[in-house]
Amino acid sequence: MKTINALISASNVSVIKHHKSILKNIDIQINKNDFITIIGPNGAGKTMLLKCLMGFYKPNFGKIQKKDKLKIGYMPQSINVINTMPMTVKNFITVRKKYDDISFKQVVSEIDIRQLVDKQLSVLSGGEMQRVLLARSLLNNPDLLVLDEPAQNLDISGQLSFYKLIQEIYSKRDISILMVSHDLHLVMVSTKKVLCLSNHICCSGKPQQVAQDPEFISMFGKDMANMMAVYQHTNHTSQIDNHLIDGEIK
Amino acid sequence: MSYYGESIAHSSLLGVGLGILLGTGINFGIIVVCLLFGILFLWLQQSKILSTDTLLGVLAHLALSIGIIVISLNRIKIDIHAFLFGDILTVSSNDLWMMYLGVILVIFLISFNWSSLLLVTIDEDLARAEGINPIYINLLLTTILTIVVAVSLQIIGLLLITAMLIIPAATSRRLANSPEQMALIATLIGIFSVILGIFLSVEIDAPSGPSIVVVSATLFFLSYLFNFLIKKD
Repeated sequence: MKTINALISASNVSVIKHHKSILKNIDIQINKNDFITIIGPNGAGKTMLLKCLMGFYKPNFGKIQKKDKLKIGYMPQSINVINTMPMTVKNFITVRKKYDDISFKQVVSEIDIRQLVDKQLSVLSGGEMQRVLLARSLLNNPDLLVLDEPAQNLDISGQLSFYKLIQEIYSKRDISILMVSHDLHLVMVSTKKVLCLSNHICCSGKPQQVAQDPEFISMFGKDMANMMAVYQHTNHTSQIDNHLIDGEIK
Repeated sequence: MSYYGESIAHSSLLGVGLGILLGTGINFGIIVVCLLFGILFLWLQQSKILSTDTLLGVLAHLALSIGIIVISLNRIKIDIHAFLFGDILTVSSNDLWMMYLGVILVIFLISFNWSSLLLVTIDEDLARAEGINPIYINLLLTTILTIVVAVSLQIIGLLLITAMLIIPAATSRRLANSPEQMALIATLIGIFSVILGIFLSVEIDAPSGPSIVVVSATLFFLSYLFNFLIKKD
C-alpha cells in the first residue's frame, strides 16, 4: 500500500441503504489547497458522501484513507438550537476545543463576530448562526474545512457575504475546502473544482468544463450552464486564480 | 428525549420485582433491568424503525405493566403504592449509603464527560466530527439515569421521578446564562425542593414524592412570574 499525499482519498466507495443505492463507485481525492464544490439534486447522496469522507459513516464497499493527524473543521447545515439550554456564543464555540486566547481572538475577528461573542445562541439570526458555526469549525486551525450547504437558510445578500467570507478564508489560510452547495453561480468565483453528484459522479473538473458537460446541462438546464459560464468569465481576472491547484478526480 | 428518563424509571418496577424474586436485592435488580432497558431502547432507536416518541410510549408502559404483573403473579409482598409515588419511611440507613455512593458516582461521571455530553446534546454530527461517538455518550447517559432512578425511587416514586428530572432544570433555565450555571442552580433547586417537600409531607401527613413535586413546580411557576416581572420593567 502506498502512502497517501492526499488529505482524504476515497476509492470505489458505495453505500446501500434500505436496498437503495445512495452512492455508487465514488472515487475522489482531496488534496492540499483544493477547493471542491459538490453539486447535485436532492437525494443525490451529497451529505452521505461528506459523512463517509469524514468517517461518520462506514460505506458498504470501497476504501477511504485519511492522512495521519488530519484536522477537519466541520460546519453542519444548521443545528437545532435547543431553547431548553442557555449558552453563550463564546461557550458554544469553545466547548470541547483545545484553544488559546490568541487563536480565539483571531477567529472572532476573521469571521467578524466580535459583537456576538457574549450573546445567547437562542437570539441569533440565521446569518449570525452560520458565522458562529463557521468560527467554531475554524478554531482548531483545521487542514480541511467541510461545509454542508452552509448558506442554505440565508437570504441572497447573506449568501453573497457568506461566500465572500469563505473565499477570504481560503485565500488567507493554508486550508482545503470541501463544500456542498446549491448556490453554484455564487461559489463559481472561488471554487477550483466542481463535482456533480447524482448517486454516482456524473462529471467533475474545472467549473467551465463541467458547465459544458452534457450530463450537467441535462441535470441543471442550459440557463444554469450559461450562468456559470458568465461567472467563470469574471473569474479570469480575479486574484485567486493564480494558485489554482489540480487534484485528481476521476 | 426528555421522557427517556421516565421510561427508564417505568422499567424499574420490573427490577424491584425481579430483585425480590431472585433474592438479589432491589437496588441490584433496578440497576440491571434499567440498564438493559436503556440499551434496548438505544438499539431500537438506532435502527430507526419507529419514531423516538412512539418507541418511548410503547416501551415505557410495557415495562411498567410487566413489572406490575410480575409482582402480582408472584404475590410479592411490597407496597406498590410506595414505589409508584415514593415513601420516605421505607428508606433505611443502608439505602442512605447507597444514595451517597450513587450521588458521588453521578457527579464523577458527569463532570468527567461534561463537554462531550454538552456537544452531543447540541448536535450529534458536530460531536462526531470531533471524534466523539454519540453511542457511548448515550450509553453513559443511560447509566447516569439508571443510577439516579435507583437511588431516588423510594423517595420520589417512579411515576414522579421525571418531574425531578425536568422541573428543576426548567426552573433553572430562566435564571442561568450557561449550561454549567443551569446544572448548578437546578441542583440547588432540587435539594431545596426535597427538603421543603419532606417538611411539608411531615406537616400535613402527605406522601413525600408528590409533596416534593408540588414544591418544585411552585418554584417553577414563581421563576416564570419573576422573569415576567423583571422583563416588564
